[in-house]
Amino acid sequence: MEFGLSQEQTLLQDSVVQYLNGAAPLDRIKRFVNNCEPRADDVWSGMVDLGIPSLIIAEEHGGIGCELLDAALVAESLGSCAAPVPFAATAVMVPWAIAEAGSDEQQLRWLPKLAEGEVIAGAAVTEAISTRLDAGVHANGDTLSGRALFAIDFEADVYLIADRDLSLYLVDADASGLRRRPLTTIDKTRRYGELVFENVQADRLPGSSDPEVCRRVIDAGRIILAADTLGASQRMLNKAVNYSKERMQFGRPIGSFQAVKHMCAEMAAQLEPCRAMMWYAAHAFDARPEEARLTICHTKSHLSEVGKFIARTSTEVHGGIGFTDELGLHYWFKRIGANRQLLGGPTQLREEAAMRQGLVEA
Amino acid sequence: MDLSYGSRYDDFREEVRSFIETHRHLAAPDWDVSDRTKLQEWQQLLIEQGYVGRTIPKQYGGYGAEPDILEARIIADEFARAGITQGFSGQGIAYLMPALLAMGTDEQKERFIPPTLRAEMLWCEGYSEPNAGSDLASLKTSAVLDGDEWVVNGQKIWTSTAESADWMFCLVRTEPDAPRHKGISFLLFSMKSPGIEVVPLKTMSGTHQFNEVFFKDVRVPKDQIVGQRGDGWKVANLVLEHEREDLGDPNFTQQRLNFLIDLMKTETVDGRRLIDIPVYRDRLMQFQAEVMALRFNDLRLLSAKLHNKNATLASMVMKLQGCEVRHELEGFAIDVLGEHGLLYEDAPYVRNDGSWQANYMFNLGLIIGGGTAQIQKNIISERGLAMPREPRPAS
Repeated sequence: MEFGLSQEQTLLQDSVVQYLNGAAPLDRIKRFVNNCEPRADDVWSGMVDLGIPSLIIAEEHGGIGCELLDAALVAESLGSCAAPVPFAATAVMVPWAIAEAGSDEQQLRWLPKLAEGEVIAGAAVTEAISTRLDAGVHANGDTLSGRALFAIDFEADVYLIADRDLSLYLVDADASGLRRRPLTTIDKTRRYGELVFENVQADRLPGSSDPEVCRRVIDAGRIILAADTLGASQRMLNKAVNYSKERMQFGRPIGSFQAVKHMCAEMAAQLEPCRAMMWYAAHAFDARPEEARLTICHTKSHLSEVGKFIARTSTEVHGGIGFTDELGLHYWFKRIGANRQLLGGPTQLREEAAMRQGLVEA
Repeated sequence: MDLSYGSRYDDFREEVRSFIETHRHLAAPDWDVSDRTKLQEWQQLLIEQGYVGRTIPKQYGGYGAEPDILEARIIADEFARAGITQGFSGQGIAYLMPALLAMGTDEQKERFIPPTLRAEMLWCEGYSEPNAGSDLASLKTSAVLDGDEWVVNGQKIWTSTAESADWMFCLVRTEPDAPRHKGISFLLFSMKSPGIEVVPLKTMSGTHQFNEVFFKDVRVPKDQIVGQRGDGWKVANLVLEHEREDLGDPNFTQQRLNFLIDLMKTETVDGRRLIDIPVYRDRLMQFQAEVMALRFNDLRLLSAKLHNKNATLASMVMKLQGCEVRHELEGFAIDVLGEHGLLYEDAPYVRNDGSWQANYMFNLGLIIGGGTAQIQKNIISERGLAMPREPRPAS
């Protein structure tokens, strides 16, 4: 029995954080945001060198063949660094879907390129679980029409699309009839957008007629977002603790006041158990699929609540300076906020958890 | 990641399970010490099987197995699953025995461990005093050496089971001139000693009783001290470590959560089951997520112990978070019961024997006892997050 991380997994996290501390420090994040850069190619190329996009892709397709847990640990590191790079869709949801439901030809065509980071893939699947503003995509044979909101990893070369029946399709970014529009969100460290389809030629994943495939893709995305929140929250807590030791008021560090200490203790007390919860959920995705969905729903909803508390409280520990654009703490605050809403907010996920256990009358 | 225990342990689990199936009718309830014979017979059977005192050396009346964290967990899980107690585990067994094994003399181990293990010697813990609660190291109960005996004077409070205990392990000040933490010693004495008076202390719930214990010239043989003079704080901390781990146990909370789900599936209001009311269901799912997080944290701690890995912060937060969610969960059950939630004790219409109200109040006591929530936050921030200590007031 071992419920913990291996040395390799800890090393993987350390190497991602170390790389991003050098390649994407706060001023690089600020440049990415302020110049509205679609992609931070310099940061991405180093991620490719580390093998990050190839993590869960099988060795036969040029990947490393890791489990979802390893990808979630990387997501934690990305959240910790508020990294301005794509990940959830291009490195997890899309390659997982292609490997699970793609034809041999689709796998050969896309997986090696995704593994090398040559191609970036976005994912627009959210209408499969909840629809607003009549958004949604319908298929007519191999052509798609309709509208998908909140594509993740929006600045992409190819997209994974779910239609209203939860079948999955791949669509080239430059396909004729496809219009793309970026959406301005609070989180500017990653890109989101809208896709509008008018009879767009799409490449259906033949194994996706079982809607369970699409649901699993969403499960995987939810774990990645939860892990990102875990990393971002831990970083905000660390920043609050460090600041409280330096900032002097009334002739002593503010971190020596119990009012401030107890805020930090409450953050740590709520966050620390989430770590084991995230490990379990990510591990269950591969190893214990029968338990996975319930655990994943609870992990994302719970981390969203804890993350919200930490985003607010760690900002308060910083006082006025925490509220400034200059300090940049808000990048993490907003990232946690975005992760909370994407692919199902906490209330929706709790209702899914109840349904999963048969606690909701049909 | 490897969540399987392996076939050797699966076999062991089967063995424990079948023992429980065959013998469960003999089980004595842990909290009822009135029928001592039944208690001791059940205890003896469990010692022989190695389910109580498993790692206690044979010479002290234990089973003498090598420590094995997974075996210990399997035994605990299976007894909990069956809903019966894993033998008598009073404060003597749970808290004093580990301290005696670590710091007692050979004579003390031989004299005290075997009868404690067999539930023939029941213990209570003399720590808190009226003026020494969170600031336990300021305790004033004194012990002065007079010839071959300590003479104890003073008062303890919040002493659970003092009314039925045979013996007390007790913190006393023996070195009044030493710095506060270094002036304390750890004494053991019979509750039948002349000069001890036990006064019941009823709590708000009316169901769980503590006591005040008064000492007037209580004479204790000189050799009934654990560790050296002035070592008491060290011994006490060994005890507290075990105590805090127990208080926040999320596996117990999981059982209460399961009861609550059953209740919400059967109880109706305006012809609707409580579980069908979306706001209630949402709150229930929040609790389920919180308890789930704590249970996985507990699994992480088990694994960390097994592999000698550091998980300090994960273990520090258990008492604070575990007790908080326990208390809140019971309060939520009262809320969903509406006016029926008011009913208590033997009232007609009372649900689950009034246990939601009883636990709601009792669990508030757990938030305060064994180190208050505020003390836990000091520990987490100072030792876990390395934040600066509160400056000491000028004395």
